[in-house]
Amino acid sequence: MDIKTVVETKVNENIPKINPGDTVKVKMKIIEGDQERSQTFEGVAIRVRRSGAGANFTLRKVFHGVGVERTFPFNSPRLEKVEVLRYGKVRRAKLHYLRQLSGKMARQKVKSKSKDELR
Amino acid sequence: MIKGILGRKVGMTQLFTKEGTVEVVTVVEAGPCTVTQIKTAAKEGYNAVQLGFTAAKRLNGPEKGHLGKLGLFKHLREFRLDEAPDVEVGHKVDVTLFQPGDLVDVSGLSKGRGFAGVVKRHHFAGGPKTHGQSDRHRAPGAIGSGTTPGHIVKGLRMAGHMGNQRVTVKCLEVVKADPDRNLLLLKGAVPGAKDGLLEIRKSKKQVAKKPEAAKPEAKKPGK
Repeated sequence: MDIKTVVETKVNENIPKINPGDTVKVKMKIIEGDQERSQTFEGVAIRVRRSGAGANFTLRKVFHGVGVERTFPFNSPRLEKVEVLRYGKVRRAKLHYLRQLSGKMARQKVKSKSKDELR
Repeated sequence: MIKGILGRKVGMTQLFTKEGTVEVVTVVEAGPCTVTQIKTAAKEGYNAVQLGFTAAKRLNGPEKGHLGKLGLFKHLREFRLDEAPDVEVGHKVDVTLFQPGDLVDVSGLSKGRGFAGVVKRHHFAGGPKTHGQSDRHRAPGAIGSGTTPGHIVKGLRMAGHMGNQRVTVKCLEVVKADPDRNLLLLKGAVPGAKDGLLEIRKSKKQVAKKPEAAKPEAKKPGK
């Protein structure tokens, strides 16, 4: 008996398919004191793990000159809305090399696909 | 009243709670077990039941004779009872024994590590990595004094065989019991490798179920 067949991982249907290189906007509920509000995070998906209950994706953005990365679990009930803004064209599964690049170099690595693919 | 069951470790996974935190759980395929023998204080000197688990293909003569028409079981284990047994041979035990929130003790055979050094076996720090050290990186250091007392203290922690021994983890919370598929979801880790045999017993210490944490009353901006 294999763990993967025993506990079925429910696929979060509200989340579109995310590929490395895509620019993604995430709206997430956070608890601040005793208040609940939502927070948005926008960045480039630099890695996507699709396996099992712990499936997640990591977004990277540069905020005030500081690189910020945040990992979101696909199955988290706190995810409110996930939206792919731009489909990137990359040749790697993990885009960790973006950390060494800055400014235009980092931007050029993420090219838009043709318009009909964007929908 | 039987307080234990036999199971097999399936593996570990994680579940999300409504609040968005993650609970790490071990999935155990537990039962159904059959009572194969009853021991009483009058006859054997103590009260216990013997449970059989997992169908076996072949058993030797004495084992077949012991089990009679109950079927063939790969694993037989005894569970002590506080009072005289109220069940008969052939009685079935399954995961309905446990409710979510119950605390259980889980025993199993830990993974064997072979002959392990002191760093792995006893969490020693080892020696310095630099400053001209050679062959001292994972050494235990001094193990005793000199002429007085002239011997090494008994029980000193040294390298040796590690693992492959019975380990009990106490007070794991039952997250879910699924009688349809004979599954138990336990919060935390249990000893041993996947497919390893586990004994799951109700803990002596049972904590009253925690009241539901007060949820923050906040405006929900629509899902």
